[in-house]
Amino acid sequence: MQTVQPRSLPLRLPRVRPGGVLPILAILAVLLVLVAIRQPDFLAPSSLMSFLGRSAPIILLAAGQYFVIVSGEFDLSVGSLVTAQVVVAARLIDGDPARTWPVVLLLLAFGAVVGLVNGLITTRLRVPSFITTLGMFLILVGAVYLWSDGAPKGQLSEEFRRFGRRAVEDVPLLGRVPYALMVLVVLAVAAVLLMRSDFGRTLVAVGDNPRTAELSGVRVWRTRTIAFILSGLAAAVAAILLGGYSGVSFQAGAGLEFGAITAVVLGGVALGGGRGAVVGAMLGALTLELLFALMNFYGVSGALRSTVQGAIILLAVAVSATRSSSR
Amino acid sequence: MSALSLLPARRPVPGVFVALTLTLVIGWLVVLVDGGQLFNQSTTVSLLHVAAGLGLVAVGQTLVILGGSLDLSVAYVISLSTLVAAETMNGSDGALMPAIGLALAVSAAVGLLNGLLVTKFRVNAFIATLGVGLLLKGYLDSGYDGPAGTTSPTLVQTLGYQRIGPVPLSFLLLVAVTGAAWFALSRTRFGHHLVAVGGDPEVARLSGVRNDRVLVTAHVLCSLCAGLAGIYLASRLGSGAPRVGTEGLYDLESIAAVVIGGTALAGGRGGVIGTVGGVLLLASIDAIFNQLEVDAFFKQVIRGVIIIAAVAVYARRAMRKAA
Amino acid sequence: MSDPRPAPLLTLRGIGKSFLGVRVLDGVDLDVAPGEVHAVVGENGAGKSTLMKIVSGGYAPDGGTVELAGEPRVFRGPRDAQRAGIGIIHQEFNLLPGRTVAENVYLGHEPVRRGFVDRREMLDRTARLLASIGETALPADARVGRLGVAQQQVVEIAKALALDARLLIMDEPTAALADHEVELLYGLVRRLQERGIGLLYVSHRLTEVFDLSSRITVLKDGRRVTTVDTATTTADELVRHMVGRELSSYYPERAAPEDLGPVRLTVRDAGNRKLRDVDLQLRAGEVLGIGGLQGSGRSALARALFGVSPFTTGDVTLDGRPVRLRSPRTAMRAGIAYVTEDRKGEGIVPRQSVLDNALLASRAVFAARSGRAARTVRVRELLAAVEVRGAGDDQEIRFLSGGNQQKVVLARWLALNPRILLFDEPTRGIDVGAKSAIHDLVRRLARDGAAVLMISSDLPELLGMSDRIVVMRDGRIAGELPASASEEDVVALAVGTVREAAA
Repeated sequence: MQTVQPRSLPLRLPRVRPGGVLPILAILAVLLVLVAIRQPDFLAPSSLMSFLGRSAPIILLAAGQYFVIVSGEFDLSVGSLVTAQVVVAARLIDGDPARTWPVVLLLLAFGAVVGLVNGLITTRLRVPSFITTLGMFLILVGAVYLWSDGAPKGQLSEEFRRFGRRAVEDVPLLGRVPYALMVLVVLAVAAVLLMRSDFGRTLVAVGDNPRTAELSGVRVWRTRTIAFILSGLAAAVAAILLGGYSGVSFQAGAGLEFGAITAVVLGGVALGGGRGAVVGAMLGALTLELLFALMNFYGVSGALRSTVQGAIILLAVAVSATRSSSR
Repeated sequence: MSALSLLPARRPVPGVFVALTLTLVIGWLVVLVDGGQLFNQSTTVSLLHVAAGLGLVAVGQTLVILGGSLDLSVAYVISLSTLVAAETMNGSDGALMPAIGLALAVSAAVGLLNGLLVTKFRVNAFIATLGVGLLLKGYLDSGYDGPAGTTSPTLVQTLGYQRIGPVPLSFLLLVAVTGAAWFALSRTRFGHHLVAVGGDPEVARLSGVRNDRVLVTAHVLCSLCAGLAGIYLASRLGSGAPRVGTEGLYDLESIAAVVIGGTALAGGRGGVIGTVGGVLLLASIDAIFNQLEVDAFFKQVIRGVIIIAAVAVYARRAMRKAA
Repeated sequence: MSDPRPAPLLTLRGIGKSFLGVRVLDGVDLDVAPGEVHAVVGENGAGKSTLMKIVSGGYAPDGGTVELAGEPRVFRGPRDAQRAGIGIIHQEFNLLPGRTVAENVYLGHEPVRRGFVDRREMLDRTARLLASIGETALPADARVGRLGVAQQQVVEIAKALALDARLLIMDEPTAALADHEVELLYGLVRRLQERGIGLLYVSHRLTEVFDLSSRITVLKDGRRVTTVDTATTTADELVRHMVGRELSSYYPERAAPEDLGPVRLTVRDAGNRKLRDVDLQLRAGEVLGIGGLQGSGRSALARALFGVSPFTTGDVTLDGRPVRLRSPRTAMRAGIAYVTEDRKGEGIVPRQSVLDNALLASRAVFAARSGRAARTVRVRELLAAVEVRGAGDDQEIRFLSGGNQQKVVLARWLALNPRILLFDEPTRGIDVGAKSAIHDLVRRLARDGAAVLMISSDLPELLGMSDRIVVMRDGRIAGELPASASEEDVVALAVGTVREAAA
């Protein structure tokens, strides 16, 4: 018998925690290096600032999707919700600046109600969330076309659009800081604080093991419904920023739900719930946007976006599946 | 023990056919009051055409759902199949058979990929088929802006438009495929094993069923059905259409038809006959709305509501059964 | 032995099995002759189910040999054992409720003609099979989900026979049967015997063991105590063989009479789908032990009190006031805590930190009451007090040992200052050190005035910890025993060799 030194090795690599943000930071760093090689002026403060501003909507959608996914569900209705919000905003404001703020509030309420309905149908009627939210997708798209007779009507006010397209000019060091970026920073901090709160910790616990949560007094259905509401609210804010930036169209939100899910997966969040950080999800969205920018620099067709997203989803899920099975 | 429980397992008439009859009767009356006629030749024909396309997809979807899986990539497989078929044919009859073969082979390959992801990599079926769907979507988006290729005239004349009385050839194809699927489910080991895998994978495994092989086969068959639907759509449209699958909502509608037809989303219970009932129900609602000249967008809203409501009704029933 | 028995069908010699260094079976010998019913008895955890799993190919033994008709066999899996002619009928049936009897019986080896399943042949063969065991009333094309439990059991047996089973293992076959159905099973067992099939019959119920078997093997702590001819033994003698371990380990001192406070909880005439006529009193400061077999309603009682599957009839009063415990939340607000039996499935959120696990309940129910910081400090203190070892508070809980996980779960509930604690198998699967720490903790909680209800299958623990023991059987309370009771008394009540007066 040999005696083994009971001393732990002094030199131990920091363990990469599953669900942590280290992997996504590494990927982000690699992409930044590639960008720096190909297109160095992209990293100049002003262009970087406007890139971040442009990316704000998808980052917010990823945060919203994160709440739903980490609690063990999916929200496939966010893309259509963004479209609906933008079209509704244009028609209601119809160029009248005085209506800007009431409509902003209305959009937030609209997003929350859609989330509430998604949540209640999923949790109380036990309809699988992908069916609930795909059905909601159909309803929203159909309703918005119906309401506007097939073509967007009205227009957004300049006051409304400034959230998405204006910036604070002449900031020392940074140049111009888009309003969208400021909104993003505030909401990102709020999201991080929320995930550290009692609600946030409970939300992850629900995704991890709903049985245990239920037996510890958690109202699982309520927690998940709130996650759907948060996703709806995130879609509302994203719609306000997107509408301002790129204007009104029926394509405003097309495919955004897939982008958000891909970002969340890329950020190390487990599909099915229970693991991952909201920061990871938001970094995932940023990475995805940077990847698309890079594809653009290299002249890769933007139409291949979906393929890239599909490949990322499959790769990430297959990697985590094989890793968990090898344990 | 009550005598009732010892009755042989005659499959009861699925509720969907009752719903279908009611819908048709009410729809006929409403259309009549509106001054129209639901069962004239042209409505019936177009109803059956709609049913043929959706039906082919839904029968395949039934197989994977019976096995406890799911396929969200069917809409993209359909689009891909229309393109492969139409581009290979390129307007000539000579390449008809190779084109059909190639379209089906490509579809089967996608199904194989889905099946392997679900079984070997143990990726959740929803995610796996969504990911594969996105892969295909990217290919379609980058390669095509609009219709491409030309369907062979013979195919357009036969599968696309030929009919016997009011019944289109394509609907007969659906009947044949449904018959084959029904036969496979009730008269082959594969069918018996598929239902067992969907019902309880552990029981199946302990009884010597090779679960993975069965599920992969089901996924291949499902994609083949979607590919066949694509060939049919190419024959209707005369060319390949890169968005026909997604715009026709074949993914969600096929799942809805399966659930409305009485197949459990969790797998292990149901069948293709009910699914065809579900398809006919959805197609009838569509036809009635067309007769009433209901706005297309309003129709879409109603579709969304019907799908959610149908699944909710079945979820509730399953819950009561479990209690 | 000079018995005129035919050559044995199955012979086990020196079977041993360990899990994670714990010896579960040790040198077990056993044989079954064709047409014989050999019963295996023993209390929970004696090693019966492990032994059956070894015979049916579920586990490979660490030592010893399995011989079938004189030939040594090594089974690589359940399929292997099936092909060798060993069938097992589990307590929970392996059937597809949506399929017919014939489809279930021939699943995996459907008769085929010209490549297609021959349904008629399948039905005919099933009907013949059923007729051969005297079940002519059961149609081969009936849907299994519509059959009663007893008939489903027949289907299970037919399924085994369709694979030419020569040896059948029946694991607690009567657990789910009503009284009149047990009679039917008796007939079936006798017909199987006539066909020369050997049966290994595992049961807690001594009445049927005596009615059916020709020999009985008693297992205790993974060893064979004895094998006796049924004709020459008595129930009392069997119970004596099953129990009788010396109380070696240390248990904390019981409550003195002056420690007992007022009655906290009273349950009167209560019942639900799994429970009937439950009458119970629980006093502050006492540990009430709940004994009984698995499935006797012990866990159902705890789950009813915690509002998971509430009582549908009867009254519950708490400190003299009537309460309705409709959900875990209402139970928690009433001051009740529940440590579940299934730690992995219902006790922990595996991928969250120790701290998050410990805070789960306080966050969910009493979030508004106390400041966040103060609460976290208190939970950290509790984690230190229950001595969770080998992990920081930020470690994911799934990497902890079972004992440490259980201590974290305890800390979760202690953070709520519960007045009534329900423990379901609190020390199952936990190492010895953590076990006695949990015992000390349970007793300390009672001494501090909590009322404790503790379910345990571990008889020494039940006897060592409890101030009073209630034994359950078939969803009812079979009787109450004082702290001075013996293992024998508990087992006798649990298996039903003595009839309670009120029955």
